[in-house]
Formats: sequence, structure tokens, C-alpha cells
Amino acid sequence: MTSAGTAILRTSHLLGIEALSLDEIVSLLDLADTYVALNRAAEKKTALLKGRTLINLFLEASTRTQSSFELAGKRLGADVLNMSVRTSSVAKGETLLDTAATLNAMRPDILVVRHPDSGAAELLARKLDCSVINAGDGAHEHPTQALLDALTIRRRRGSFEGLTVAICGDVLHSRVARSNIHLLAKLGARVRLIAPRTLLPADAERFGVEIFTDMREGLAGVDIVMMLRLQLERMAGAFVPSTREYFRFYGLDREKLAFARPGALVMHPGPMNRGVEIDSAVADDIAVSLIQEQVEMGVAMRMAVLDALARGLAQGGRNR
Amino acid sequence: MSGKRIAFRNALLLDPATDLEVRGGLLVENGRIADVGSRLFNDAEPADPEVIDCKGLVLAPGLIDMRVFTGEPGSEHRETLESASRAAAAGGVTTIVVMPNTDPVIDEPSLVDFIHRRAAATASVRVVPMAALTRHLAGETMTEIGLLTEAGAVAFTDGDRTIANARVLRRALAYASTFGALVVGHAEDPDLSAGASMTEGEYAMRLGIAAAPTAAEAIIVERDIRLVELTGARYHFGQISCRASLDAVAAAKQRGLPITCSVSAHHLALNELDVGSYRTFMKVKPPLRSEADRAAMVEGVASGIVDVIVSSHDPQAADTKRQPFAQAAFGAVGLETLLPIALTLHHEGRASLLHVLKALTASPARILNLNGGRLAKGAPADLVLFDPDVPFVVDPAELHSRARNTPFEGRKFQGRARMTFVGGECVFDRGKEKKS
Repeated sequence: MTSAGTAILRTSHLLGIEALSLDEIVSLLDLADTYVALNRAAEKKTALLKGRTLINLFLEASTRTQSSFELAGKRLGADVLNMSVRTSSVAKGETLLDTAATLNAMRPDILVVRHPDSGAAELLARKLDCSVINAGDGAHEHPTQALLDALTIRRRRGSFEGLTVAICGDVLHSRVARSNIHLLAKLGARVRLIAPRTLLPADAERFGVEIFTDMREGLAGVDIVMMLRLQLERMAGAFVPSTREYFRFYGLDREKLAFARPGALVMHPGPMNRGVEIDSAVADDIAVSLIQEQVEMGVAMRMAVLDALARGLAQGGRNR
Repeated sequence: MSGKRIAFRNALLLDPATDLEVRGGLLVENGRIADVGSRLFNDAEPADPEVIDCKGLVLAPGLIDMRVFTGEPGSEHRETLESASRAAAAGGVTTIVVMPNTDPVIDEPSLVDFIHRRAAATASVRVVPMAALTRHLAGETMTEIGLLTEAGAVAFTDGDRTIANARVLRRALAYASTFGALVVGHAEDPDLSAGASMTEGEYAMRLGIAAAPTAAEAIIVERDIRLVELTGARYHFGQISCRASLDAVAAAKQRGLPITCSVSAHHLALNELDVGSYRTFMKVKPPLRSEADRAAMVEGVASGIVDVIVSSHDPQAADTKRQPFAQAAFGAVGLETLLPIALTLHHEGRASLLHVLKALTASPARILNLNGGRLAKGAPADLVLFDPDVPFVVDPAELHSRARNTPFEGRKFQGRARMTFVGGECVFDRGKEKKS
């Protein structure tokens, strides 16, 4: 056992935000702050996870999240193995549970999994002996994204009390939106969703959020604007008629941003569709855009999550 | 619009929007109604250069026809915006709402603009386009409802096509509700009505004509009501034609759903027996129904469950109608018989004159959020002067439409437009028509 810290998480997995307590969240954010400092130092590496094995199992294409987890694992000294759609035997027709059994036999300590189906991470967590981190399951949750967003906001604004955050775009298919809704609510922010009706879940207000279908109305008085990525396959007419119409009514440009509170900040989980959900003039404006900062916070936040889970492994992990 | 003043005196003013029914006068200035009322111009001959003595005839808001097909662009031999507008003016119709079923289909902001520009250049009445709800009217992907609304489309419809896929329609309705856009649906199940030319019943059986049951309409009406309930979209049935649809719409309205509906004038005036000996001018979509269903439509207008009476004006060239019944094109011209048919309800004591006019003026204006359809100060001076009692016989040779496919040849009516004004300009004067 290498980690000396006190326990942060009550469970040995990070499957979603919904089940986390406020204490767990705040402790994770505090821990992440220390890793931000480490990542900015010349010597970025620790031996905290030395001897541990981290498997990145990405069954849905992702560059950003996968490399963020890879870097986080390596900076903490773990051995990192990347498995993607192309290299895994899932492409050859293997079931998820067979893949899980195979991976389990390799005795990893932490499995990071991204899967196109909601609930896949939870299924793996039940079947594997290691800690599982959900790096995005279908339209369900993407907890580390929400945590890194919260870290970014907290470092800029200090607190969530009194903040109004608008989450704009494809809420219907978005795990980022769901995780952020849970997290921001727990932290005390007011959350609004802004989208055309076709991209809002039918019972979205049951999340305890305010719903808007007009950007101008929805952005009025908002402190943080979180844009969501519009998946290419949704643009072809099934949910919105065209990218030009989407940009006209839901793309964040200076004109629409002007309706938000002065000094409002803009976030995007990436990768961006410029000219679809966001205008370059906004995305590239360092005075309002936190998009690059989010990427930096992503590595620190994931180091904190790995650290926290490793503390659990030291006490109850079965793969020692 | 005209900068001049026109004074109407000695008119029976009828304005359904304000329940106004009074003898009086009306003043037009700069294309708009400047004043209206019972005392206006009663005593003295006003000094205005143009004074029209209405001689006790009805002066009402010009009619708004919510369902007009033309052939422009793409089949101008059937009808152009210009020829349709002449037919409209002769029928007392000052606004025609044109369907997107043209070639190309009006499914692009630039094509909405095309209709506006062509209308401004050629048409004598106001032309208001509806845009397609799905691209190419294919029933698969929704159109750019936001951009089309900005371009000036007043509603979204696939015209005489039903969107078969309920998921496509659900999403289109949900998306339309985002913009508060009105969706206008056509209720005919495409599978049940495939190949059918008449309504299913004894008469179609005796003629040996393939027929579709009224259920083909009612099924879609009931389905679409469910989808409106799910999405909250504003929805208008472009036409209903049977008792089952009327009952379904009545129940939906009772539940407070944002649903309205129209009936075509020919479904108020004709039934399946009018097909007679395979008369293809009687072939319309949906088909002429039983007498019981026709009577239900009259009842629907009288009760107000049917909000609007439309012409469903659909000009067809002679070659597509001179065919065996099953092969003949659907459609009937109707702009010039819309008012006379509607007045029949008044003459038969089924509804007051004001109530009938409401279904032709204030109701379509309300549903489409149009500025006209009322005799109010500041409203556009779109007016029809008509004698509600004058008898006449429909003569296809006197029609102004480029097509002559009226199902009412030789039919006797009472009441038709005497003069029609759009923005204060006289666009039709029956007294100046050449006798043919």
C-alpha cells in the first residue's frame, strides 16, 4: 500500500454522481486542487500508484477522456493499459461479461470504462474484483466530467451558492448533462436546461431544474453557460433539421451570450463543433471561455479520483 | 398600398371578431381601416372623393382561405399565384394560404421568399405560404421550422399527405412546439386509403370503385390527437370530413388540447351520391362522404367544433380529369364557391350570418396569427362587399381560375361577392365584369 491519505469515498467504485454525498464531492475537489499544483510543477510524477495496474477500456471512441485518464494514471505511477473498440475482442463479437472475465483474470486494480450503453459500468462493477470508474455509459452518467467541470467553476468562482448554470443543447442524449445536473444541484447551484423540445427528455423538470427552449430567455442572468456537443448523427433531421438552423437558434455566439450575466463564463466538454453549437469567436475568447482550463482540470480531477479509489483498495481491495 | 381615402356608407357591417352587426359606414385611409361604426357617414354625404354607397349590402372582413393549392412553381398550366388570386378576389377572398405541394416543394427558406416575391409581383390578394413539415414532403425528416418561420411561413404541413411514421411526427411536433409553430395535418391513413377513390360504402360498391373507410381518417385524427397531447404542439386538421373525426376533435377540445380543424366547403355541400355516373370533378381528397357525415360537418360548423371553412381549392387541368374515375386526379377548384356554400348554412337556418363569417375570417386569422380578418381601426382594409341573398347559377365559363374543375356546375346558390378590396384597393368589381 502506497497511499497514505484518509478514506474519501464510501464505495470502491465511481459509477455516477447521483450516489455521491456532498462530503465525498467536496473532498474529491479539495484533493484535485493539490494535483493541479502538482501538474503545474516541473516534476509531475508521484509513486502513489506504483505497482498498481489501470486498464482503460474504451468501447466507444474517445481521445480526450482516454488520454486524460492515461496521463492521470501515469503521473501517479500506475501501469496503464489502453484497450479500445478496435483492439478489444468486443469487435469480434465477445459479450461484455466475457470481456470482463478476461480482464479480471489479468488482475487489474482499477478499470476505467466507457461504453455506449447505459448501465454497462455498473454491470462490470458487479462482475469484476477491481475498482471501476465510469468514464461515460450511454446517456446515463459521466462523473469525472462533471467533477472536473465543478473543479473548474469552483476555482474561478469560489463557491456554487447563488450561481446559475445553464446547460444547453442535446440534454436528451447527454451523460455529461445528467452528471452535471446531479452535481451542481448537490453543490447548491441553480440549474437551467436550454434546448429544443426534441433534445429534452420528456420529464426533464423532474430533475428539479428550470426548462427553457429559447436561448435568450434561458441565458438571462446566467453565470455559467455549459454547451453540450451535438452528435453528428443527431443533426441530420431526426432531432434537429439542420446544423445551420441549430446554430441560428442554439449555437452560442456573442449575440446570445450577451443575454447572460456580464462576466458569464463558457464551458464545453469537447470536442467542439464550431459553427454548430458554438461560435469560434466565443470558444476562443480567453476572457470567457474555460474550455482549455477544463482539459487541464480533467487530468487533476482524474488523479484525485484514482487516488481516492486507491485508498479504498488499500483497505478492502481484493487484488492486492 | 393606396394613400387615398375611401368611404363606405349605408352598409350592413358584419365583424365576427367583435360580434359587430350594425348598419353604418367605414373609412379607409392609407390601406387601413381608419374608422368604423354605426354613425359614420349616416347623415351627410362625406366630402371624400371616393364614396361607395353599399345600398344595405354586407360589408365584412375579406375572407381568409386556409387551404389553397396552386401550380406555382412547377405546374403553372394548372394555376399561377396570379390566376389563383383573381379567382380569390372574385370569391371575396383577400388572403390565400398556399400549400407547399409544388415543384419544388416549399421546404426551404429561399422558396418561401420566392412565393412572397412572386406574389408581390403578380397577385392581387395577399398570399401567405405554409411550408412543408418534412423535406420533399417525404414524411421522413423535419424541415427548418425556425428558419422557415423567420422567412414568413405561417404554418407547417405536408398538404394532402399524411405523415405515416408516428415517430417522425412526434419529433416534428415537439420541435415545432419549441417555436410555437402551427402544424397542419392531413388525416388519411396512407395504407388504408391506398388506391381508393371514394368513401367505402354501398355506392362505391355499386360503382365498383376502390374505396377507403372513414376509419382511415379517424385513425389518423385519433393518433395525431395523442401526439399533440404528448408534445403540446399547436395543431390544426387541414380538413375533417366525417362524424368520427368530429367527435374525436370535440373530445380533444374538451380536454383543452391546442387543436383546431377545418372542413372543406365541398364536404358541406356534397355527398358520395354526387359522384353520380363517375363524375371525376367529384373526386376529392378525402373523398365525398355519406349524407350522415356531410350533415355532421354542417353540425360541426354550427356548433363551432369546426373552426374554419376552407375551399381546398385544387385546380386540375382537363387532361387529368378526363380519365376513368380511378385514374383521374383528385381535387376541385373552390375559391369562387367558398362564400356561396358557407352562406347556404345561413340560408338553411343552421347558423347565423355572423357565425358563418367567423369561420371564414376571424377564426383563420386567430389560428394563423394574421393581422386581418376583422373590421377594426388600424387593421388592413381587406374587405368584401356582398349581397347574401342574390341568386345565381354556377357557370364554369365565368370562373377566374385557370382551371375549371368545379364540382358545382349548374348548381344554384344565394349570395356572392360584389366587390373585393385588398389594402384599400378594389381588386374585384362584379359590376365591371364582362358578360361571357
